[in-house]
Amino acid sequence: MSLRIDASHVRKDYDGKTVLRDCSYTFDRHGVYVLMGRNGSGKSTFLRICALLENADGGEISYYSEGGVLPKDLSLKRKITLVLPRIGVFNTTVFKNVAYGQKIRGISHGEIESRANNALDFVGLRHKKDQHALTLSSGETQRLGIARALVIEPEILFLDEPTASVDEENTGIIESIISKMKREDRTMVVMTTHDKDQSERLADFLLVLKDGVLGEKA
Amino acid sequence: MDSILSGFIKAFSLIIHLDPELLGIVLLSLEVSGLALIIATVAGLPAGAVLGLTRFAGRDFVISVMNTFMGLPPVVVGLFGYLLLSRSGPLGFMGLLYTPSAMVLVQTILAFPIVASLCQAAIASVDPVLRQAAETLGATHSQVTVAIIKEARYGIISALIAAFGRVMAEVGAILIVGGNIAGYTRVMTTTIALETDKGNFELALALGIVILLLSFIINAVLHAVQKKGMVPVII
Repeated sequence: MSLRIDASHVRKDYDGKTVLRDCSYTFDRHGVYVLMGRNGSGKSTFLRICALLENADGGEISYYSEGGVLPKDLSLKRKITLVLPRIGVFNTTVFKNVAYGQKIRGISHGEIESRANNALDFVGLRHKKDQHALTLSSGETQRLGIARALVIEPEILFLDEPTASVDEENTGIIESIISKMKREDRTMVVMTTHDKDQSERLADFLLVLKDGVLGEKA
Repeated sequence: MDSILSGFIKAFSLIIHLDPELLGIVLLSLEVSGLALIIATVAGLPAGAVLGLTRFAGRDFVISVMNTFMGLPPVVVGLFGYLLLSRSGPLGFMGLLYTPSAMVLVQTILAFPIVASLCQAAIASVDPVLRQAAETLGATHSQVTVAIIKEARYGIISALIAAFGRVMAEVGAILIVGGNIAGYTRVMTTTIALETDKGNFELALALGIVILLLSFIINAVLHAVQKKGMVPVII
């Protein structure tokens, strides 16, 4: 694992209301980090700040590699990715959605094809690669989001409530995808959920966000 | 009744035999309107993108002005164009009055707010989550912009077709600045006005049929584009 995140006293306010009060944690090991908390507890906000999609109002998020602190530039942003709860589907085919992240990196057409096919295989959507992405079910859409993220081979993958709006069958499929990632041990996964059973099934490290403070669950 | 019927017969004969005068007028119309659309797109699409993607003081005011200008009366544009380009006007030294260039200019002025305003609406209506999705996948600022414009592509194409339809059917502005000179600035709409005045209905009717045909093609393309932009329904 070459990349690690250090969250130090992160604070975030929305309209004068403090959502995150004091969140400190170091993500530095292989495996799946699961962030638990009630709805509105600030899990998604914390994840978005960690994924550099939002700025904290206080404290700091730092990324480290073996060489020390990394600047929060495009190069770093291309090593991490966040799958949003509503993933944001481009109005085109499943394949082109998955290919997007590689295309903007200037990867060759042949390489895109092979990596996209592998990612679609990984999430069980290869047979739908030519289907219009907006016609997928919500569970399939979530799997598309994971494939779209995996294809760029991120060092850290953030998943925000990946099973919040999907049926039981797709929840099972998504959990098995995350377990598979865990076994392959190539990507650090940081995910949020409010499902206690799911967190116990998937977590290597279980974190709880309560009253704006982040802590490791005993 | 007979004169109308014989007018239609003669009109169809002109179309079928590709009458050189008719053809020249149609081609000039397409050239003037096509050029005006290209210039309006080059200026209007970026303007629409800026209005659709950014927030700045006075943005709402600019959008309201654009929306108002979408309904600009062509004769008013023609009048201003005339005052600008006439010998005593500020651009009189360019000698553009009564030339196809002057017609392109006024049609561009008519098309620009349509392109800019409808492109702005199309771009602004793209789901904001797509911007974040592109960002999370490592897109640069310009790549995010391209992704959003690409998402709005069907709306943008509709805007261009709507603008083209508007300038093709326009008569007031080009009549004033073009002068309706035979073989030089005479286009379909101005010819119809003139030939009707003269009682020469064959050419007027033939051009009317061509305009209707072009209008039908434009609308058919517009419909096809809009249909393509819709998400297919799987039953």
